[in-house]
Amino acid sequence: MPTHVRLVDLPGGAGPLALLTLTSGDPRRPATLGAESLEAFDAAVTAAQGLVETAGVVAVAVTGANGVFCAGADLGAVASVHDRALSEELGRRGHAVLGRLGTLGVPTFAYVNGLALGGGLETALNCTYRTVSTGARGLGLPEAYLGLVPGWGGCYLLPRLIGPAAAVTVAIENALANNRSIDGPAALQLGIADAAFAPADFLVESLRWTAGVLRGDVVVPRPDHTGDAAAWDAAVARGRAVADARVHGAAPAPYRALELIAGARTASREEAFAAEDAALADLGVSDELHAGLYAFTLVQRAGKKPQGAPPAELARKVTSVGVVGAGLMASQLALLLLHRLRVPIVLTDVDDARVEKGVAFVRSGVDELLAKGRITSDTANRLRANVSGSTDKAALGLADFVIEAVFEDLAVKQQMLRELEPLLREDAVIATNTSSLSVSAMAGVLEHPERFVGFHFFNPVAVLPLVEVVRTPQTDEATLATAFALGRKLKKTCVLVSDAPAFVVNRVLTRMFDEVMRAVDEGTPLLEADRAVDPMGLPMSPLRLASLVGPAVMLHVHRTLAGAFPDRYRVSDNLERWVEAGSPDLVSRKGPVALTGAEQGVVQQGDAPSTAEEVLVRVQDALADEISRLLADGVVARPQEVDVCLVLGTGHPLFTGGITPYLDRTGASERATGRRFHEVGAF
Amino acid sequence: MTRTTRNVVFADGVRTPFGKARPDGLFADTRADDLVVACLRELLRRNPSLPPERVEEVAVAAATQTGDQGLVLGRSAALLAGLPVTTPGYAIDRWCAGAMTAVTTVAASIAVGALDVALAGGVEHMGHHPLGAGMDPNPRFLTERIVDPDALDMGKTAESLHDRFPALTKDRADAFAAASQQKFAAAVAAGQVAADLVPVAVRDAEGAWGLASADELARPQTTVEGLANLRTPFRPHGRVTAGNASPLTDGATACLLAAEDVAAELGLTTRMRMAGFGFAGVEPEVMGLGPIPSTEKALRHAGLGIEDIGLFELNEAFAVQVLSFLDHFGIADDDPRVNRYGGAIAIGHPLAASGVRLMTQLARQFSEHPEVRYGVTAMCVGLGQGGTVVWENPHHADFVPSPAGTASGSDTAGAR
Repeated sequence: MPTHVRLVDLPGGAGPLALLTLTSGDPRRPATLGAESLEAFDAAVTAAQGLVETAGVVAVAVTGANGVFCAGADLGAVASVHDRALSEELGRRGHAVLGRLGTLGVPTFAYVNGLALGGGLETALNCTYRTVSTGARGLGLPEAYLGLVPGWGGCYLLPRLIGPAAAVTVAIENALANNRSIDGPAALQLGIADAAFAPADFLVESLRWTAGVLRGDVVVPRPDHTGDAAAWDAAVARGRAVADARVHGAAPAPYRALELIAGARTASREEAFAAEDAALADLGVSDELHAGLYAFTLVQRAGKKPQGAPPAELARKVTSVGVVGAGLMASQLALLLLHRLRVPIVLTDVDDARVEKGVAFVRSGVDELLAKGRITSDTANRLRANVSGSTDKAALGLADFVIEAVFEDLAVKQQMLRELEPLLREDAVIATNTSSLSVSAMAGVLEHPERFVGFHFFNPVAVLPLVEVVRTPQTDEATLATAFALGRKLKKTCVLVSDAPAFVVNRVLTRMFDEVMRAVDEGTPLLEADRAVDPMGLPMSPLRLASLVGPAVMLHVHRTLAGAFPDRYRVSDNLERWVEAGSPDLVSRKGPVALTGAEQGVVQQGDAPSTAEEVLVRVQDALADEISRLLADGVVARPQEVDVCLVLGTGHPLFTGGITPYLDRTGASERATGRRFHEVGAF
Repeated sequence: MTRTTRNVVFADGVRTPFGKARPDGLFADTRADDLVVACLRELLRRNPSLPPERVEEVAVAAATQTGDQGLVLGRSAALLAGLPVTTPGYAIDRWCAGAMTAVTTVAASIAVGALDVALAGGVEHMGHHPLGAGMDPNPRFLTERIVDPDALDMGKTAESLHDRFPALTKDRADAFAAASQQKFAAAVAAGQVAADLVPVAVRDAEGAWGLASADELARPQTTVEGLANLRTPFRPHGRVTAGNASPLTDGATACLLAAEDVAAELGLTTRMRMAGFGFAGVEPEVMGLGPIPSTEKALRHAGLGIEDIGLFELNEAFAVQVLSFLDHFGIADDDPRVNRYGGAIAIGHPLAASGVRLMTQLARQFSEHPEVRYGVTAMCVGLGQGGTVVWENPHHADFVPSPAGTASGSDTAGAR
């Protein structure tokens, strides 16, 4: 991973400039900063310094290539460090090398041509000035999301450059919002970049701007933000509130980053960099970081190469799709399929009113996409023209892929499938979006069960990126390959699971919810039971999630699982009463979790309350037990697939590693099953 | 319907640095279309009073129109340069006179009122597109003796000029070539070249970014003695050498043309006014003679004689070819009116791009020489053609701007 140095004559006779190009040496891979590439960068800076002394170089600049400035620290290198001294050295080395950009004796410039994440953006922050391409995307500090702090100067330099409020937005709020990044124009707006130029001649214009700065024609204002202690405190407090809402104090990284940002107002550069080193040293050996890197890598890989997927070339072409059922879930599926595949979609249901409602939902969804600028008006016309509905299932006769999302009742689905199959093409793939019924039992009524597959989305369909692809013993490779190819086109990550009650996500979540409800039934105060699992860092408390999914759906899944595994699952009376009462929200939908009062007269409790700690341990143990059974049943092959499912299907935070690293870390797996999911030090 | 013609002015012109067409050349790892884009964007930047949507045509020439010179260059470069989608564009080809033809073609459109403002230029990345690459000449050329076999080899056509005019000796060619190098070096030192160069960001084979901000082909140390013993690659004991011919070159040019009244309305500078143009054909095996009849034709259109011309920008494809022009018109080899900044022998000749370089240099010389009323840009073209544009100097005391919004005077381009 070389960093090249070239001497460039600045336009207008402003003098020679040493231009450093960060590359990975392989155009398909972004440049990152690891042990080796940091040394190469250091050597390039040394060469540039030599040119300052020998060739009269008046400024040093850094840029990247192929749409990438620098993707930041090499995560593989970070993941391989388990020793605190080594971890501290990685931080110190980054500071030492990047920090040279601030102490060369001549002005330094970063020309941020594209992606600049973490240490990449910090490379730019260590320079005196920055330009950004208006076409750049993927700028940000994702460290707190992964389990680190922006520790190569980011926590000190950024708030001093753009003020504490904007720094908290970039380093904490965006990072914890599932790693949101910003683009070039936003970086200019926030003050991260001093100037922005169009990509067509970004580098030349950056060099001309540089010449203007050096000549004094361009003056870059640098407001001092350190005087306003109140604003600084307020920004840090807001950052804490954001972190609390996301991780409830359960992950150390965002809090540590906020401490560093708080200290940056009064600390000297040296003090601040030393504090960043210490933070990196501590976090670099933390379980949360290593679980985070494990999950991050896992999810990236699962998106590109799903475990167990058959060869992609076996997939059948999907040029027309049928959706059986026109209810809310079916309509959401139809909209997603239409948006991503842009092929004709036919919805069917039992009466005209339902069909019309479903088609109207899809069309209004197209209008929304248009209003948000996600599609052009031509595409909107195309999509609207491609959706139609019918009460006659014969309208599905040309479809290559038919997915059913009718009422969740096995007999209803079986009857529908019996009617449907003779109407379809012989090679059409048939899929079900059932969340918990037996896919095999449905396949059993088909003439050709080998073309039947489960294709289980999560609500809201447009948002959650997971699909559980459910294989029955009869499902053939071409059918599976078609399902995986379709999932990829829908921009979802597919995880292959065997047919078993509630598959992975719902089986695990239901076990957790059931354990919480047991505690409630026994007499644990509702709010206390609901908050007891906060240390797991779930994006939503169990009762809030239940309201979002719908207590009636929860009840249905509980019944299925109680039927399948009566030794572990049951149907809580309180859950039944909740549904009977019309499923009122028991806790607030937004803001801090609070009771709504709707539990009065609905929730009936015993007199054996548990403490929050007891509830948490019970939930942890139940989850470890259930996941080890799920693995023993062969629903998925490895704990890794469970973790991918929980990160993508329910938004479990990275620092839990999904779930199994968390259960190992808290001792739950050994308590409940006598063994860990992963060996000690596996990641 | 009566139709009047309008005067056309050259408002600005730029070029990229010219690089060696070799794997170690400035632009070896840079796309040809990106060179054009750099020129178009620079013209827009240098003329901020021009609203981009007022550009109504982008004509870009290349002698080989495939690969990175292939996708309807004018239109694709316009889109890549960020011009509005409403700006049309096309690719054009007359080999070495490509950019010159782009200029005369859009000028004709402007003159008849079909459009107001246009960008015109050319590019040749001879490293990516060696002359003649992919060409498939019709075998009838040879079987029916339509052209001499030597006509498709430009160096051999230059040797043929020496044959035809024994007075054109190798010594004269070498002396002219050495002078070209010296004049160019002096122009560079005086800042007359850099003023119209567009710096281009380039990546080298290792992937490092750099900046191309100066030409790389010139050999300012050249002496007549040094040229005397160079190899003659086109013929044993020939006269044409790498030293008295233009080198293989990568580069691009572009200029801004407008109707004179529209230029005034938009606050553009009139740097030259077109007085006439002409193209003409000659025997392909002595294609270097092409500029003689084309210049006579253009002068006739302009109502001028050769004695009215105060500055010449002649493309130096070969020294002998320029000398044949000078001899024909009775101009001395070292006449100071000719190629004051040196020529293609020193600067380089990226085939279809060169025509606009001549114009850009003439425009700068006009501003330095208000005493000159008219100038000529001329060049030879392979397969036996010549092209000439005659220009009027707006800095001259007798220059009369055409009144805004009215038709032109009697000296416009047009048939007579």
